[in-house]
Amino acid sequence: MSTILEVQNLKKYFSSQKAVDDISFTLNKGSIFGLLGPNGAGKTTLIRMITGIFYPDAGTILLNGKKFDPVNDVIEIGYMPEERGLYKKMKVGEQAMYLAQLKGLSRQDAFNKVKLWFEKFEMGSWWNKKVEDLSKGMGQKLQFVTTVLHEPKLVILDEPFSGLDPVNSNLIKDEIYALAQKGTSIIFSTHRMEQVEEICDHIILVNKGNKILDGSVKEVKQKFKENIFNLELNEDHANYEHPSFHIVHQNKNELIVKIHDGYSGNDVLKHFMNQNKQIIAYHEILPSLNEIFIHLVEGTPAARQFETVNA
Amino acid sequence: MNKIFIIIKREYLTRVKNKTFLLSTFLLPLVMVLFIGGSAYLGAKSIHQYKIAVKDESNLYKNKFDNSSAAFFSFVDDVNLGNYNEKKFDGVLMIYSSDKLTPDSVRLYSQKELGLATEGAVKKQLQKVNEEKLLLEKGVSRAIIDSIRSESENEDLLNFRSYRVKGFELKEGNKKIASIIGFVSGIIIYITLFIYGASVMRGVMEEKMNRIAEVMVSSVKPFQLMLGKIIGIAAVGLTQLLLWIVLIMILSSVLQAFVTPEMLQGAQQANEALPSASRNNTMILKMAEGAGFVASGVNWFAVISLFLFYFLGGYLFYAALFAAVGSVINEDPQEAQSLMLPITMPIIFGFIMLTSTIENPSGPLAFWGSVIPFTSPIVMMARVAGGVPESVPYWQLALSMVLLIGGFLFTTWLSAKIYRTGILMYGKKASWKEMLKWAFKKA
Repeated sequence: MSTILEVQNLKKYFSSQKAVDDISFTLNKGSIFGLLGPNGAGKTTLIRMITGIFYPDAGTILLNGKKFDPVNDVIEIGYMPEERGLYKKMKVGEQAMYLAQLKGLSRQDAFNKVKLWFEKFEMGSWWNKKVEDLSKGMGQKLQFVTTVLHEPKLVILDEPFSGLDPVNSNLIKDEIYALAQKGTSIIFSTHRMEQVEEICDHIILVNKGNKILDGSVKEVKQKFKENIFNLELNEDHANYEHPSFHIVHQNKNELIVKIHDGYSGNDVLKHFMNQNKQIIAYHEILPSLNEIFIHLVEGTPAARQFETVNA
Repeated sequence: MNKIFIIIKREYLTRVKNKTFLLSTFLLPLVMVLFIGGSAYLGAKSIHQYKIAVKDESNLYKNKFDNSSAAFFSFVDDVNLGNYNEKKFDGVLMIYSSDKLTPDSVRLYSQKELGLATEGAVKKQLQKVNEEKLLLEKGVSRAIIDSIRSESENEDLLNFRSYRVKGFELKEGNKKIASIIGFVSGIIIYITLFIYGASVMRGVMEEKMNRIAEVMVSSVKPFQLMLGKIIGIAAVGLTQLLLWIVLIMILSSVLQAFVTPEMLQGAQQANEALPSASRNNTMILKMAEGAGFVASGVNWFAVISLFLFYFLGGYLFYAALFAAVGSVINEDPQEAQSLMLPITMPIIFGFIMLTSTIENPSGPLAFWGSVIPFTSPIVMMARVAGGVPESVPYWQLALSMVLLIGGFLFTTWLSAKIYRTGILMYGKKASWKEMLKWAFKKA
C-alpha cells in the first residue's frame, strides 16, 4: 500500500501553548485513520496545518510524496471542520455550487457533481430551498456532500456524526466505507470511541500536543491487553486455586481470569482439564479503545494548562 | 485570482438581489428629491410680508421707508403696544424721540416671530434713512443723493460677475454651485463609508458566527476571502451610486417642472435678506438651488472622476478596518460598538472638517484634512469642487491621492493579518493589544 500523507516532526507553538509538539505519522491510501485525543490536545491545530489553514512552525507535510502546497493542493483535500456552518441566506444548490467552484471545479463540472450527489442522498428537491430552512441533520448532509463532491484524495472529517440520527449516521458511514474502497483516504477525528473501533483501520492518539499512541486498532488492543480471559465451564464446582491465574470476576461457572506472567492459557486450561471439567468457552478479552483512551489520558489534567513557550 | 472572482460574484449577487437593496436604491433618491423640493417650496413660502406699524416719535423717518417682500410699513401715530394687534398689524416699530442725530432707541415688538428676513428689511430701511440724513448734513443735495442711488442700484451698471483667472482664459466664478457640489459629494462619501463599511463588517461577522469561515479558508486563503468581500461590496456600492445618479437626474427634471422659477427666486431673496453669519448655515437653500442648478463653469469630468476615486479610496481604506473588527467579534453585538469606535471617530471628524472646509477651502485645516487619508475622502471633495488647480494645487491633490492609495494598501495588509487569526478564534473577544500582536507576528 502506498502512502498518501506523510507528516514529519510537525510543530506549531502559540504564545501560550505548544499546540502541536513534534508529531509524525503516515497515512496509507484508502485507509480510514482515527485521530484521537482529549479536548485541547492539538487535534484541530494539527488538522489545520494539514489543510493549509496554518503554516507549521517546523516539520514537513508530504502529500502524494510531494511537499504540500496549500494553494494548489486544496482540490486534493476535503475538510469538514467541527465548527462548521453554511451561508444561511443562500439557496442549497447555489451553496453547493459555490463551495465546489471555490475548490477549483469549473461551473459545468460543479453542476454535474452536485446533481449527482444530490440524487444519491435524495436531496434533489432541496435545490431551491434556503439553507436556513434546513434542519440540523439536513445541513450536516449538505456539508458532507460539499466536503467530498470534488473527489478529494484525502477527506478530513471532524466529528462527522454529531447531531445526526442513526439512519443518516449510517448513510454517511456507508459513504465513508465506499470512499475508502475507491482509494480515498480518510482522517476521522472524534471522541466517540465505539465509532473509531467500528470504522478505523489505524489510529493515533495525541495528548498535550504529543503523539502517545500509533498503530492499527488490533495492534493497539494487543499492546494494552492485560491477559484477561473469559472461561466458561460446564459446572461451577471446581478447584480455582492455581499459581497461573487469579479470578477477577466469577458468576457461577462463568469466570473472568487474569493469567499471571510466565504462564500461558494452556496452563489454566490444563488445570481445569486435569479436574475433568468441560470447557465450554475460552476467549481473550481485549480492552476497548475507550478503556485504553481513559487509561492513557487519565492522570493528566483535564484541561491543558497555559505555559510560556520560548520558540 | 479566479477564486477571488467567484467570491466577488457571490458577494455582489446576494446583495444586489436582496429586496432591501432595491428598496433603498429606489426610495432614497425619492426621499431626497422630495426633501429638497419640499424645503425649496417651504423656503419660498416662508417669505411672508409682515405688516409693520411704525410710530416715529423722532419724526426723522416718516414715510421714508420702502416696502419689500418681507415687510410692509405703515406710519401710524395712534398705535401702541396695546392696540397694534387690533389694528391688524403683525408688529410695531417704536422709534423713540431724541434731540440727537439718531434716536435713542428703536424697538420692534411682535407677538409672533417675524423672522430674520423681516428684521433685516427693517434694519436696512433704518440704515438707508440714516445714511441719507448724514449725507444731507454734509451738504450733499437731495437731487444728487437720488441720482447716485438710482444709478448705483441700476442692474446694468452693476452687472456683477466674479471671475477666476486660469491661464489666459477668464472663467466665471461659481462659488455657490461649487460649494453645493462639494458639500453634497462629501456627505455622500461620509454616508456611504458608514453604510458599506458596516456591510463589510456584518458580512465578516456572519461568516464567523455561521461557522462557515473555517470551511471557506480550507478552500481559499483568508486574504482572498476578505478581499473578495471588500471588492464585491465596492461593486454593490458603485452600482447603487450609479442608479442614484440616474434616478436623481430623472426625478429632479420632473420636479423642476413643478417648482416655478418664482419659488426659487423667493428662496433666493430670503437667503439674501439674512445676515451673512447665518447665511452660511442655510444649506437647505443651497441644496434647493442645487435641485435646479445650471451646470455651468464646473468641470464635471474632473469632479465625477475624483468623486469616484475618493469614494473607492475611502471605502477601501476603511472597509479593510471594518473587516478586521468584524473578524474579532463574537456573538455579542456590544463588542462591536466598542471596537468600532476608533474607526468611526475619524469618519465623523472628517464630516466636521467638511463643514468648515466649505467655508474656507484653502485654510490649514482644509489642507491637512484633505491630505491625511483618514479624512481626505470626505474633506477633499469640498475642495476639488472649487476647481483644480484654482482651489487645490496639483501637488496637494497628488499628495492626497498617493497617501490614500498607500493608506488603503497599509490598512488592507494590517487587517488581513488580524482577520486571518480572528476569523478562526471562537469564545473570547480580542483586545486591541492582541490584535496588534496578531498583526505584527510572522505567519
